[in-house]
Amino acid sequence: MMRRYICLFGLCFSSIAFAADISPRADAKDLYLGEAFFYAFQGEYVDAITRLDTELGQFNRLDDPNLDPLHFQINFANFSVGDFELSYRMHQRAGRAIKSVLEGNVAPSVRNEAAYRLARIYVQKDDARSALSTIEKISGKIPGNIRDDEQFLRAQIYILTGKFDDAIKILQGLQGAKEYAGFSTYNLGIALIQSGQELKGFAELDKAGQISSDDEGTLAIRDKANLLMGNRLIAASQPALAKQYLDRVRLNGPFSNKALLGSGWTDVSLGKFDRALVPWTLLSKRNVTDKAVQESMLGVPYAYAQLGLHGRAALLYGSALENFASELAKLDASIKSIREGHFLKALVSDELKQDKDWVVKLRELPESPETYYLLELMASNDFQESLQNYFDLEDLRKRLESWDGYLDAYESIIKSRHDYYEAILPALDKQFRALDSQMRLRLEQRQALDDRLKIMLVSPRPDFLETADERVMREKLHNLAEKHKNDASAAANDIRRRIKRLEGVLHWQIYTTYNKRLTDAYKHLHQLDADVAKLRTIYRSFVRSRQAATQSYKGYDDHIRQLRNRVRDSREKVVTLMARQGNMLDMMAINELDQRRKRLEEFQVQARFALSESYDRASKKQLDEGDVK
Amino acid sequence: MSVTVCFTCKLKYQLVIKAKLLFWALKMNRVLKNFLVGVMFAFLMNGSIAQEISREQIKGLDEQVQDIKKDVLGISAELTQLEEKLIYPSNTQVSVFVTLVKGDKFRLDAVKIKLDGKDVTHHIYSFKELEALQNGGVQRLYTGNVRAGEHTLDVALAGKGSGNSDYRQNASHKFTKTIEPKLIEVILAGPGSNSKSIGFKD
Repeated sequence: MMRRYICLFGLCFSSIAFAADISPRADAKDLYLGEAFFYAFQGEYVDAITRLDTELGQFNRLDDPNLDPLHFQINFANFSVGDFELSYRMHQRAGRAIKSVLEGNVAPSVRNEAAYRLARIYVQKDDARSALSTIEKISGKIPGNIRDDEQFLRAQIYILTGKFDDAIKILQGLQGAKEYAGFSTYNLGIALIQSGQELKGFAELDKAGQISSDDEGTLAIRDKANLLMGNRLIAASQPALAKQYLDRVRLNGPFSNKALLGSGWTDVSLGKFDRALVPWTLLSKRNVTDKAVQESMLGVPYAYAQLGLHGRAALLYGSALENFASELAKLDASIKSIREGHFLKALVSDELKQDKDWVVKLRELPESPETYYLLELMASNDFQESLQNYFDLEDLRKRLESWDGYLDAYESIIKSRHDYYEAILPALDKQFRALDSQMRLRLEQRQALDDRLKIMLVSPRPDFLETADERVMREKLHNLAEKHKNDASAAANDIRRRIKRLEGVLHWQIYTTYNKRLTDAYKHLHQLDADVAKLRTIYRSFVRSRQAATQSYKGYDDHIRQLRNRVRDSREKVVTLMARQGNMLDMMAINELDQRRKRLEEFQVQARFALSESYDRASKKQLDEGDVK
Repeated sequence: MSVTVCFTCKLKYQLVIKAKLLFWALKMNRVLKNFLVGVMFAFLMNGSIAQEISREQIKGLDEQVQDIKKDVLGISAELTQLEEKLIYPSNTQVSVFVTLVKGDKFRLDAVKIKLDGKDVTHHIYSFKELEALQNGGVQRLYTGNVRAGEHTLDVALAGKGSGNSDYRQNASHKFTKTIEPKLIEVILAGPGSNSKSIGFKD
C-alpha cells in the first residue's frame, strides 16, 4: 500500500520519492535487533542504526557467533541496517550493506529480496543502468510479499532503459494486481506511447481514466490519465474530445485546477465563450495563490469581453488587478522574510514538528513566508530532499551538542572514580598481597596432604595417621622407656613390661583402625576442597572487582579525547553544511517566489491593457447606443 | 518511477499545447494577443524550480550530508559502547526489555519496574511507541547495575482492555546475576490472551 502512495506522491508532483518501507513486522529473535526496530518503527533512524551497528559489530567480533541469537537472523539484520540507512537517506552506505548480502552465500529468496532492494536504491539514485544489472540478477524464488513490487520496479527500470517491449509485457501481467490498480494501466499506456504504439497507449490511458475505485491513489491516477489525454487531444486540435476527458477529472482532486483551466481553453478554442465561463468562474473563486486560479482571473473577463460584455469584463479586470497587487505584496513580504532568515528558523522550530500539517501551519508563524506559494516547490523531490537534509543536519547538530555534555559527564565520573580508588587501592592491594601469599601456602599444604594420602594407598603408613593425643602418648612412652632403660631396681622390669604393653596397645589401636583413618582423612580432605572452592570463588571475584575498579577509570583518556575531537570536527562540518543547505533552500524558495512574482507582474501588465481596452469598448458601446437613441 | 516517465511525456505535451495556444494568440486582437503571449510565456517558464541551483550542486551537497551522517553514526556507536563499558560493565549489567505478545492489540498505557523492592523505572507509552511494540519492536526499558547473586524483579502494567475497561497486572520474577550481562525479556499480553499477562524470559 505504501508504495502506491509513493507513486501517488510522485504522480502529483512529478518527482520520484522512494521512502524505504521498513518491514511491517520485525519478528526479531535477538533482543537488540528488536530494539533497533523499536526505534526504526518510530522513525528514529539514528538510534536504530546505532543500536544495530553496535550489535553487528559485537557479533562480528565473537569467537563463536553461533552462540549469539543474532546468528539466526544475521542476513535479516544486515538487510535491516541497509534499510534503515536508506530510510535515513544514506543511499551510498545502504547500497554497500545490501550488496554484501547479495554477494554472500544466502538462500535465493534472500538474495532476490536484496537485489530488489538494491535495484530500488539505484533507481532512487537515478542510476538506471546499475538498477537494470541488479534487477536482472533476480532468479528463482521471489518472496511473496515483494512479488508484485519487484515486477512493477522491473517494468519501471525497463522503461527507463528503453526496453519498452519488456516493460509492456510485465505491465500487462500486472493488470490484475490490486495494489497497482490504475498505476499499472497508466504506466502501460506510457510505455506503449514511448515504444511508438500511440493508439494502443491512448487506449490504455483511456482505460486508466475510467477506473472506478474509492481509493484516493487510484482516483488520482485516474485524474492524471484524463488530464494527460485532454492535453494531448488539445494539442491534436480535437478540443471537443479533449473536453470530455478534462471533464472526467474530479472537481476536488490534485489535478482539478489544471483540468478546469484546460476545460475553459477547449471551450474558447471552440468559440464557446459562455461555456468557458463555467469552469473558469468556478476556478477563479479558488485559492488565489494557485497558478491556474490566477490565470482564470484573466480568463473570465476575457470570455466576458468576447461575449461583448465589456463593462463586466472591465470590472473583473479591475478586481484581478487588485488581487494581483495584493499577491505581489505578499510575495515581496515573503521574499523579505526568507532573506531575513525567518524561513529556516521557522522550518526547524519545535512548534512545527508536532504538527503533521506543518506546511500550512508554517504560514501562521510570525514573519514566516507565504507557504501557499511554496507548496509546489516544497513538494518537489529536490526541495524535499534538501529540506530533509536540513532537518537531519539540525538533528545531528543537537545530538553533537549533547554528546559534548556526555563526554564531560564521563570525564567527571572517571575523575570521581580515580580519586576514590587511588586513595583506597594501595592499602587494599597490600592486604590482598598478604592474604594471597597465605592462601598460596595453605593451598600448597593441602596439595602435600593430597599427595601423601595417594602414596599411602600404595604403601600404608599408619604412623602418618596418628592423632595428636596418640603422638603425645607415644612420645611419653618413648621417654619413659628411655628413662627406665638402664634402671636396675626391682620394679624396673615391671615398669618396662608395662611400657611395652602400653606401646603395644597404642600400636594395635593405630594399625587396626588404619583403613578407617585413611577413609576419614580422605573425607576431611574433600571437606577442605569445598572450602577451597569457596575461597577460590571469593578470590576470583575479588580479582575481577579489582580489575573492574582499575578499568572503571583507567585507559579512557585517549578514547575520550579522540571522541571529543571527532565531535568537535563533526559539529563544525554540520554547521557549515547547515549554512550551505539552508542557503540552498532559501535560494530555491526565493527563486520560486521570484518566478511567481514575475508571472504575476506579466499578468498585471496584461490586465491593465485589457482593462483599458474594455473601458474603451464599453464607453464606445455606450456612445454608440446614445447615438442610436 | 512511473512519475518520471509521465512527467517527461507531460512536459512534452504541455509544450506542444503551449505552442498551439501561442499560435491562436497571434490570430486574436492585440490585447488578447498580449495577454495570451504573457500567459504562455509564464507557462513556458514554469519548468525549472531554481535556475541558479543545479542538480550537481544538490547532489554534491547531499553526498556531503551523507558523509557527515556516516561520521556521526560512527561517533554515536562508539559513545554507546563507551557508555556501556563505563556505566554498565557486563559483570554488573542488567537490562530489562519489554515486548508484546504477537498479534496482541491491547492498549498499554504504562509499565513500572521494581528491582529488589526498589522502584527503578516507570514508563508511560506514546501512541508511536505502542505501535512500534505491536509491530514487533523491543523496548529496552531499563539498564542498571546489580551485584552477582539472587535478585527479584517486579513488573506492574496498566492499560485498557476491550471496551476501554481498566487492565492492571503485577508479576514477580527471580533471577540470578552472574558475571555476564543479564538480559530479561518481559512479555506482556492483554486480557483474553492465551499467554500469561506478564511473562519473563531470561
